[in-house]
Amino acid sequence: MVTAILHRLDEARIWRVLAEVGDPELPFLSVVDLGIVRSISLDDGVVTITPTYSGCPATEVIGLAIANKLAEAGLDLKVETKLSPAWTTDWITEKGRETLRANGIAPPPAASSDKHALFAEPPVMACPLCGSPDTEQVSAFGATACKAMHRCQSCSEPFEAFKCL
Amino acid sequence: MTTSPPLFDYTLRLGDSCLILAQRLAEWTGHAPVLEEDIALGNLGLDLLGQARSFLTYAGEIEGKGRSEDDLAFLRDAFDFRNVSLVEQPNGDFGQTIARHLLFAGWHELVLERLTQSKDATLAAVAEKGVKEIAYHWRHAAEWTIRLGDGTEESHARMQAGLNQVWGYTPELFRMDETDAAMLSAGIGVDLAGLQPTWDARINAVLAEATLDRPTNITRSNGKQGVHSEHLGHVLTELQYLQRAYPGMQW
Repeated sequence: MVTAILHRLDEARIWRVLAEVGDPELPFLSVVDLGIVRSISLDDGVVTITPTYSGCPATEVIGLAIANKLAEAGLDLKVETKLSPAWTTDWITEKGRETLRANGIAPPPAASSDKHALFAEPPVMACPLCGSPDTEQVSAFGATACKAMHRCQSCSEPFEAFKCL
Repeated sequence: MTTSPPLFDYTLRLGDSCLILAQRLAEWTGHAPVLEEDIALGNLGLDLLGQARSFLTYAGEIEGKGRSEDDLAFLRDAFDFRNVSLVEQPNGDFGQTIARHLLFAGWHELVLERLTQSKDATLAAVAEKGVKEIAYHWRHAAEWTIRLGDGTEESHARMQAGLNQVWGYTPELFRMDETDAAMLSAGIGVDLAGLQPTWDARINAVLAEATLDRPTNITRSNGKQGVHSEHLGHVLTELQYLQRAYPGMQW
């Protein structure tokens, strides 16, 4: 009973520590809000993370940053990477989506956009700067694997949007 | 021809095809017709490089001789590579690169889709991750094929020429050899021959929309058994240069 309560306290503390680790490409977004921390096992002493994209160069840096932060906090836990189940943008938290918007990146639409449909209208991305829904996709590929490039027709600003995965 | 365990060989085929195409796409960096395509082709290559890393790391584990993903990528000779011949073909112009990507992504997506059901948990996990990425590849290549094929006289002619150039390497994608058969009967591998009707249908639909003719030429190719065109050697001289010139060099 007592052990169970202590475990819960410890786990809550670990989540708080992890919430301080940012994605190197999106430093304002924590790895927890990005949804890549999948589980914490106190029994095994393991924090499990999953990459956003197979080729995301940030994955190793994130693993190291998490390990360092845990060590700083005096927590003796290993960081393991697991591919399945595969990460989806649906795992970005509500807070994470707000953080993205506040930093000029349109958050991803809920999963459903049909990537197979040729010339299908891309989902409407509201401009993160002026809020207008009158935007267009310039390219499905951007500065990082997880983002696409868009342009707002109302305020003329180019902006990045998180790709639905 | 193949003496190594079928699972090692099979995993190398998956990893090497991704690795070599990633290298080909990276050749476009700084040279693509427009900035957005420069970025797009680099991103496509990065996805494939990521998949290659997962497959090759696993291949090294299967082999059990302590070879890492880097050892396999940088220290093997051309005849030890198991990529399908299609991916080592030169970029040509933008149309030819798009044609190659259309044919490959249309196939690779089907392979990964089936591989998610593999009895091999690692291959299934890598496939589950990759299949979501490759959906964007297929769409990108198909949209460009249609835009260029059904575009101007010049773009149509070049798209058709690029397609003709790489088409002959597609029969290899569906040919089942001993390794493929062994993996299929073990519940690990994919029925490649069985993918052909689905692939044909999706490719035909895009070509029709693009007003392009489906080529009929066939090239005898057998990259997946280690028999490569001269092009692979040239790819490897660039890919492996640093480790060959300065063995063990690290960043």
